Amino acid sequence: MPSQPTVDEPTGAVRQWLRGRARMPLLRTLRHDRIGIAGAVIVATIIGAAALAPWLAPYDPTAMSSHRLAAPGGIFPLGSDEAGRDLLSRVLYGARTSIQVSVVVVTLASLIGVTLGLLAGFYRGVLDGVIMRIMDMIFAFPTLLLALAVVAALGPDTRNLIIALTVVFVPSFARVTRGAVLSISKEPYVEAARSAGLRDRRIILKYILPNSMAPIAVQFTISLAYAILVEASLGYLGLGVPPPAPSWGSMLSTGKAFMEISVWPSLVPGICIMITVLGFNLLGDALRDSLDPRLRSRVMR
Amino acid sequence: MIRAVGFRLASVVPVLLGISVISFFLIRLVPGDVVSSILGQDYGDPELEASMREYFGLDRPVHEQFGSWFTSLIQGDLGHSMRTGRPVTEEILDRFPQTLELALAALLVSVAISIPLGVISATRRNGVLDTGSRLISLIGLSLPNFWLGILLVLVFSVHLSWLPSGGYTPFAFSWDHFKYLLLPAVTLGTSLAAVTMRMTRSALLEVLNQEYVRTARSKGLREIVVINRHALRNALIPVVTVIGIQTGALLGGTVVIEQVFSWPGLGTLVIRAISQRDYPLVQGTILFLAVFYVVVNLIVDLIYLYLDPRLRHDA
Repeated sequence: MPSQPTVDEPTGAVRQWLRGRARMPLLRTLRHDRIGIAGAVIVATIIGAAALAPWLAPYDPTAMSSHRLAAPGGIFPLGSDEAGRDLLSRVLYGARTSIQVSVVVVTLASLIGVTLGLLAGFYRGVLDGVIMRIMDMIFAFPTLLLALAVVAALGPDTRNLIIALTVVFVPSFARVTRGAVLSISKEPYVEAARSAGLRDRRIILKYILPNSMAPIAVQFTISLAYAILVEASLGYLGLGVPPPAPSWGSMLSTGKAFMEISVWPSLVPGICIMITVLGFNLLGDALRDSLDPRLRSRVMR
Repeated sequence: MIRAVGFRLASVVPVLLGISVISFFLIRLVPGDVVSSILGQDYGDPELEASMREYFGLDRPVHEQFGSWFTSLIQGDLGHSMRTGRPVTEEILDRFPQTLELALAALLVSVAISIPLGVISATRRNGVLDTGSRLISLIGLSLPNFWLGILLVLVFSVHLSWLPSGGYTPFAFSWDHFKYLLLPAVTLGTSLAAVTMRMTRSALLEVLNQEYVRTARSKGLREIVVINRHALRNALIPVVTVIGIQTGALLGGTVVIEQVFSWPGLGTLVIRAISQRDYPLVQGTILFLAVFYVVVNLIVDLIYLYLDPRLRHDA
């Protein structure tokens, strides 16, 4: 698994883009980017499948049957697992688990991280020092290990999983936001707002936050991809969403035990993870590309 | 130079302190009480409870607890495993060589794949090889590494029966040992290679646009000399940093990959400790890995200072 990604701090190019297109929706800039569209389609499909799982799934994902480790086709479109449960239904509900956990985690982490980043970047000084040193300490732990440690201490259940992952994802949002705020605070319009006597809260909400959204949006997308990977890894280690709720990671862990009899339980959930993460990565890359033309040569095209 | 090195060394101190504080509170995060969680059924026996509380120092105020915990920590005493009764330090040092071996082998695999591919990609920009290797690296980024491990086991162990699906024999320069190392190292190495390859490609592309590369070319040097002697050397500086940053991913990765291949390192140790609620062992192992990560990053930064003299001044 790659190390936790962070977007570059905004450069002149980003600021210029922000100035020119501050009111333009991010998605419109993706229109001419085929790779970005592919990513968006994948993401939309997976989210749709997760949301509609109760209607799409042919069976109850926890219903067992005597048809154990069946091959795809017949009554189970993608085969069945070691307890005779339908793999298709399980991966659909697994998508629900994975997407829900990641979206909740990244949303919480971005809310906390962006707030901390705004405070640190706007007020500078001691507050900045304290906030960023704490972020550095959290960042000093390898991502998966920290999540593992928090889950180990709190005990494995869904709520604790979300707490653990949120802790892990906060620092990258704080860093990215702080970087953006630092450069935007020097802009003439912020100076103007200050000298016009606007209150800090209004300056932050009206000028600084909206203009910092671009790098935060990129960080949000790539963090979702990464959160899905970390959630799956914890699930594989038995520290994710507790059974019998289906999760892609734990499905792979039981699937591996029976791989000599049937390969399907070790293939299907892995393919789902890969496609989902790929979708978010493509989307994140395309977003980053359209936000910072300087990076255009660096990514897939 | 000395100032820059001193500055970097000093910046590690608060981070190390922070890591020890976080690790200290890890045991105290356990819902309810670590004692009730360990004792389980035996909870309610006041004598046992009291002696265990005393063992963890939970009967004293928090600042005192931290003080004595920190003092023993400095002396290398991380307490004793709740299951084996052995010192945590001993348990860790028993397992560390295996994790280090796996990590180094994975790093080797990663560099061997990523740097040549990155160079080919950058020098034949937008060609078939470039598009192909970038596509593979993007898929590599999206692949959970433990699933890649499962796929390799499916192909090479279950299907072809060429390599064992997991296990370990004591270190030796023999096929008997390396056949166990091969799959885990390749699994972990390939997942790291994706990032390094992308970095090598973009760094080299940037360097190839520099004027000194044009000068080297216009002197009539052969392309291979231009790439190897002039471009690649400078392009490798950011690549070294990326490799350093990846240590975290490498250590996190070993935890999962060791589990996939039953490799007896720190990863399998910490997972076992978690499932057995062996809190001192969990705390010690995580602390050890985090400190190791910080130290490796420090070393990488110092190498970086050595490689790029410009950085020595604005530290």
